[in-house]
Amino acid sequence: MARIGVFVCHCGENIGRTVDCAAVAKRAALLRDVVYAVDYKYMCSDPGQNMIKDAIKEHNLSGVVVASCSPLMHEKTFRRTVTEAGMNPFLCEIANIREHCSWVHEDKPVATEKALDLIRVMVEKVKRDIPLDPIRIPVTKKALVIGGGIAGIQAALDIAEGGKEVILVEKSPSIGGHMAQLSETFPTLDCSQCILTPKMVSANTHKNIKLYTYSEIEKVSGYIGNFNVTIRKKARYIDETLCTGCGICQEKCPQKKIPSEFNEGLGMRKAIYVPFPQAVPNKPVIDREHCTKFINGKCGLCEKICGRKAVRFDQTDSFVNEEVGAIVVATGYDLYTIDKKTDETLKGYGEYGYGKYPDVVSGLQFERLVSASGPTYGELKRPSDGKVPETIVFIQCVGSRDEAKGVSYCSKICCMYTAKHTMLYKHKVHNGQAFVFYMDIRAGGKNYDEFVRRAIEEDGAVYLRGRVSKISEENGKLIVKGADTLSGAQVEISADMVVLATAISAQPDIVPLAQKLGVGYDQYHFLSEAHPKLRPVETNSAGIFLAGACQAPKDIPEAVAQASAAASKVLGLFSSLELEREPYVAKVNESTCVDCEFCLTACPYNAIERKEIKNRKGEVIKVVSHVNEGKCQGCGTCVSICRSKSIDLAGFTDEQVYSQINALFV
Amino acid sequence: MDENFEPKIAAFVCTWCTYTGADLAGTSRLKYEPNVRVLRLPCTGRIDFSLVIKAFENGADGVLISGCHPNDCHYNAGNFHARRRFAVFRKLLEFTGIDPNRVQFSWVSAAEGAKWRDVVNAVTDEIRKLGPFTEYQKLIGDSFPFQHEASETEQNSEKEQVENVK
Repeated sequence: MARIGVFVCHCGENIGRTVDCAAVAKRAALLRDVVYAVDYKYMCSDPGQNMIKDAIKEHNLSGVVVASCSPLMHEKTFRRTVTEAGMNPFLCEIANIREHCSWVHEDKPVATEKALDLIRVMVEKVKRDIPLDPIRIPVTKKALVIGGGIAGIQAALDIAEGGKEVILVEKSPSIGGHMAQLSETFPTLDCSQCILTPKMVSANTHKNIKLYTYSEIEKVSGYIGNFNVTIRKKARYIDETLCTGCGICQEKCPQKKIPSEFNEGLGMRKAIYVPFPQAVPNKPVIDREHCTKFINGKCGLCEKICGRKAVRFDQTDSFVNEEVGAIVVATGYDLYTIDKKTDETLKGYGEYGYGKYPDVVSGLQFERLVSASGPTYGELKRPSDGKVPETIVFIQCVGSRDEAKGVSYCSKICCMYTAKHTMLYKHKVHNGQAFVFYMDIRAGGKNYDEFVRRAIEEDGAVYLRGRVSKISEENGKLIVKGADTLSGAQVEISADMVVLATAISAQPDIVPLAQKLGVGYDQYHFLSEAHPKLRPVETNSAGIFLAGACQAPKDIPEAVAQASAAASKVLGLFSSLELEREPYVAKVNESTCVDCEFCLTACPYNAIERKEIKNRKGEVIKVVSHVNEGKCQGCGTCVSICRSKSIDLAGFTDEQVYSQINALFV
Repeated sequence: MDENFEPKIAAFVCTWCTYTGADLAGTSRLKYEPNVRVLRLPCTGRIDFSLVIKAFENGADGVLISGCHPNDCHYNAGNFHARRRFAVFRKLLEFTGIDPNRVQFSWVSAAEGAKWRDVVNAVTDEIRKLGPFTEYQKLIGDSFPFQHEASETEQNSEKEQVENVK
């Protein structure tokens, strides 16, 4: 005979305002098998939890229903509470009368009825709950970090410093990411490479970090503590163990007209190349698409010249398997393409003439133009004729906060980097004048607003609040037509160069990766955190964490902070010997299973195996399905596909669900 | 048809997307129709369609099934199983004479609190238009060999008790 206790929480006013909690408790006490029901202001508080513990002992309860907030919020709390009173945690269920009732309805009598319905359904469920033991699984104490930008490097270094092994995978030939492309960083104006390259070197040389550059994630299987990852090492056509990075191949390669990705197309590179001189590892790759040897079989100069005989034209992609216990995703961002519309839903900014006028550049291109390692070695010369621009116009929010043509979100870093650009410009061109078209200045952050004020007050940038409608070319000048909405005047500026602060967008190839990992993403393909406020670095897939701009637009300090947070989560996970997992796994009734194997094909985790049942003589008398508890994730797809009703899912058994349905409507 | 008819709707939702999305609707204080009773399952792949029939048998006027968007399933493919099964099930419903519009299928992600509100409101409207689901009860009354009196008396006694408390 079940003895159920019902505990109705007011959640302060949150539930109490629209649900008559006292009446609900009174009526819940009349439900069959309910021996005790009570309401209280804050069930999750210490006195509230003590009420539950006392009631379990006093009334010898066999199950507990807490009618409160969502189970995703406090199920763990209350399950811990009942455990402290000696009850199995899985005999406690939550009726969600806050998120699903009091917060979404206004009519008190209606909400009260609904709350009672929800409780009745959970009482029926808890009556049929059986004590379960959490499944314990071992943890592989090795982490995978995907993406070798500043966030990935920071996360890898932190985990490695914590004494655990890390595998760092980067898809491009060198780690460093976008930060390596920047000239200086706000709000301190320290050189980006100077603070980044030492970290890149440590990541490469740290004894706990194994680096795979020019590699991608091919396949991910497994679960928290026990992921199995296949990494595709793309063919570099170089034997990395032999190559010393002397650079002679790159010097001699006759193919020299290939736009450099690192310089955002403003400089040229060879077909065999190291993306930038400070690259880590400093080993070249051959760009198959542009290499003469691959195009028509001629050339092969690099192979002849290489003293170490490290060039391998016959190299193919190879695959490496790694077992890891946790994954940090730090794949970073891309820029909204202004003219090249990769996304049909984005209309683009044809009127700004990006791609048509060489002197209209993106923010990242401007970084390369003023960077000491850039195509002009830090001298600001405009791309078309090498002239020093005397008047320069910066346009903010190109793509950001623009639902009509771009994306609705704020890219967050553009206000700051545009202010930085005006300062860098002024420091290089002392008699020059910078104009900035902006919508709002969003400079929240330590020393950020002061930085923007400095750009305006000390370095004389003229900020105009308004949008630019058109850019045209006249006699080698770019005519920028816009509005100054504060003075109400139309503005026309004859500029030498225009810099567009283009929106940050998600990596174009992030969706297939997110699907491999089972991580959610939003409409803009930014990866979703488990909770926007309280679990900002975790994902809904246990054991997978986020760092940096793959989650949302972020500046360097934020990306680094999140990377360290993710690393500490990983180290926390690795500090336990084994993990506990909810025991919601499927179980086969071997006496009724008919070995139709439907469940084998339906299971997304290959958790169902065939098991032979033998008699005493050792002869196989029957073959049945068997669930591997370590692999089963508890989705229940096998339960509903089973034709002989031989599989059931603990926690969501057929008996429970049917009785819940029976109790849905009185 | 009764002007004041308030449909009873059972919703089978997955934990990871729709249940969380419904939580978000709550957190965002969006208001919607109170007719839906949510049953949380790990995944829409867990929905055996006899559960749906069972809901109708127990007095539901409509059923809503909602899970993760295609390709977003927490369990990789459960929602595809549900979708495929649903396609077949609709035909079966038609065959048995139950209006297939009484069973609605939807994808609501964990980020779509507003969509959950819209789905609940739309389904409630739809079922309200269709009116109470009486076919099953009629079936029981006419030719079903087993009487459901026992459960009715149970329910009555519970109602009486409730009245007393009030």
